Amino acid sequence: MQHDSERQIPIWFFIGALLVLYGVIILGTGVYQVVQPPEKPLALAHLHAGVWWGALMVAVGSTYVWRFRPGR
Amino acid sequence: MSTMNLWPMLAAAGPRQLLTLGAVDFLIIVIYFAVVLGIGFYLKKFASTGEDFFLAGRKMTAWIAGLSFISANLSSLETMGWSAMAYQYGMLGAHAYLIGAIPAILFLAVVMMPFYYICKTHSVPGYLKLRYGEGARSVAGISFSFMTVMVSGASMFAMAKILNLLLGWNMNVSIWIASITVAIYVTLGGLLSAVFNEVLQYFLIWAGSLLIPILGIIHAGGWSKMLATIQENVRVIHPTVGNADFTSLWRNLGSFDTNPMGIDWFGMVFGLGLAVSFGYWCTDFLQVQRVIVAKDLRSAQNGTLIGAVLKMLVPLIVTIPGLLGLAVLLNPDGTPMVLVPESDPRAGITHRTFNDVLPLLMGQYLGPGLLGLGVTAMIAGFMSGMAGNVSAFATVWTYDVYRPLLNRNASDRHYLAMGRWSSMIGVLISIATAYALFFFSNILEFLQVLVFFFIVPLFGTVILGMLWKRATPAGGFWGFLTAIVVSIGMWIFVHTFPDGYRPGPKITLSAGATVALEKTAQGKVETITRIVVEKGAVELLNVPVAAADRAADRPSEWTVGAADLTLPATTTSKGQELTVQVLASEVMLSGTSQTDRFGVEKVAVVLRPGVSVKAQEVSRRFAPAAFNPDHTRYIARSEKAKPMAVNMYSAWWSLVVCLAVTVLVSLVTRPKPDAELKNLVMGLTVLPDEGPCPWHQNPKLWAVAVTVVLVVVNIVFW
Repeated sequence: MQHDSERQIPIWFFIGALLVLYGVIILGTGVYQVVQPPEKPLALAHLHAGVWWGALMVAVGSTYVWRFRPGR
Repeated sequence: MSTMNLWPMLAAAGPRQLLTLGAVDFLIIVIYFAVVLGIGFYLKKFASTGEDFFLAGRKMTAWIAGLSFISANLSSLETMGWSAMAYQYGMLGAHAYLIGAIPAILFLAVVMMPFYYICKTHSVPGYLKLRYGEGARSVAGISFSFMTVMVSGASMFAMAKILNLLLGWNMNVSIWIASITVAIYVTLGGLLSAVFNEVLQYFLIWAGSLLIPILGIIHAGGWSKMLATIQENVRVIHPTVGNADFTSLWRNLGSFDTNPMGIDWFGMVFGLGLAVSFGYWCTDFLQVQRVIVAKDLRSAQNGTLIGAVLKMLVPLIVTIPGLLGLAVLLNPDGTPMVLVPESDPRAGITHRTFNDVLPLLMGQYLGPGLLGLGVTAMIAGFMSGMAGNVSAFATVWTYDVYRPLLNRNASDRHYLAMGRWSSMIGVLISIATAYALFFFSNILEFLQVLVFFFIVPLFGTVILGMLWKRATPAGGFWGFLTAIVVSIGMWIFVHTFPDGYRPGPKITLSAGATVALEKTAQGKVETITRIVVEKGAVELLNVPVAAADRAADRPSEWTVGAADLTLPATTTSKGQELTVQVLASEVMLSGTSQTDRFGVEKVAVVLRPGVSVKAQEVSRRFAPAAFNPDHTRYIARSEKAKPMAVNMYSAWWSLVVCLAVTVLVSLVTRPKPDAELKNLVMGLTVLPDEGPCPWHQNPKLWAVAVTVVLVVVNIVFW
């Protein structure tokens, strides 16, 4: 957490990793729903929010993971 | 269209469970639990001293301090609760994030933080000890410990209840899984764990919630279209204040009549902006603890300012969804969906409540995965709130109750062990509180209010202590105590009804009763005009029935005799006509095997012979769920004041009492010598030299910038 500690992995790394993981899951589900639309679509389903929101989470998460990777 | 016409339609609402999760959603939730537990185990080795455990080693950077400061406040009760407020009070709900927070946070950063920081206190009660002595600290320490675990238990209960209503999860399972997880990670890593999880939660809340306002505004056809739709829909949704302006921050505060809260600008500025807000943000230890542990004073101040900026962003994911609820939540036939307060007898039977506005929008827009993320953010919010309370409890208990009163000279190791044990015990007491709430669930809604009644006097006491060196220990103690007593007194006063409070007349048809419904149709809308109960039981509350129609020997419980008994559609009380509500949560329709549920009012009910009746006349002198307008006008200056307006004014008066009593008692008692007040009071405290400060790290500059943004936002949404 604190930048002056050698050993402790910064919180930002954990946040980035979790965002990437969640982003991949949401993006994957979103793409699947584009290919295989559900029987009862939600409101505004045509905007495919899962796809771009998942992609955005992966992008933000990767930035954090790279910037705060352990041993950097 | 009157609300009456809407009731039967909503009766056809689908299953009681609001959201349905799929496998992907569960995967997301499971990953969250695995990650927080993993972080707890990972952080254990970094919490090896008392300072590490209770104060996260006093090493946090400004960003972490700021995020954790705001995140500790952004619990799920907060996001769901303030969305509900925006649904109920319109844009006025955003004041909690503007004038109701920002000035106080800036004041904490610029004026108060140096004193908290320089005296190296562990806690706000710790400051009271240094400034006023043991008396004030003990009152604060003991009431604070008690309150934190109560709040933690209440939030645990609320979580279990919400997860049960939304997802149909078993309440016991929710309570135990969440609290065991919290117990493990707080006991291992102390405040560090709590802070880590708060920062994590902040990101999750945004990732899980920001899509709702984005999609909602697109759905509503843009911002201006949304505001226009709201003004149109509130006539149906909030008919009693249907003419009030729901879409302004200040324009509607000129009088008590023009806004949905029944408040004026004075109450908003001094009640919310001064008393409630300064009490909460400047002296609630849970908040302050987050920033006094920063690595240096400048980080503590800048962290607080970062918190102010983050706080101003929260209306995007809280107020806007509440407003969207008034515009985009529709019934299947396209009419606006009406949500009701929890206290409404229809709540949960035929109508969803204000608190459901955010989950309803989640269900409307979030697909698989996204819904799981939204629910995870909600669970994370509850758990980090619990963790925050438990770690604050462990600190205040160990440093402000256990050490001064029970075991003065133990080793650091001993206090660290005590911290770990008290975290675990804190969780156990929270669980016990949560279970107590199963039986006294109505306490929940008052708990938050009572917390303010304690925190506001605390602010009065602390601020006089910081700014006025003449304030004496006796003044601090009596000012604090008197204001708490007066707060509780005001609360009792507004809920007292000398002539008795009679809940509105209501007929409840018991589950399984057989009924025949007579209806008229107007377009797509069917309206129930008469209800005939053929078999089963009914309960009457404050519904007049002539003595001749009752059984002579048992006038409160009887069976309808030879002739039909017709119950009135309206009654009269104190010259006012009251409509009788009829509620049926599950009845059989006559001549079919179908069940139905409905809530209607002003409809004649006929009871056929053989129907059993239980009649109750209720009149209470004290009703904590109701406000006596004859009394609220003395506190909130208007009979029209809604609960929120009463709370704001009560907080204002309690601050006034606290300041007045502290000053008066101080003037006739002996102050502490200056030497003992060094580093505690303005004028006797020298700020440490933290070296050259680059302009972009100057707290005063950022405080000015935040103020400018605050003013601009208020003007734009005037």
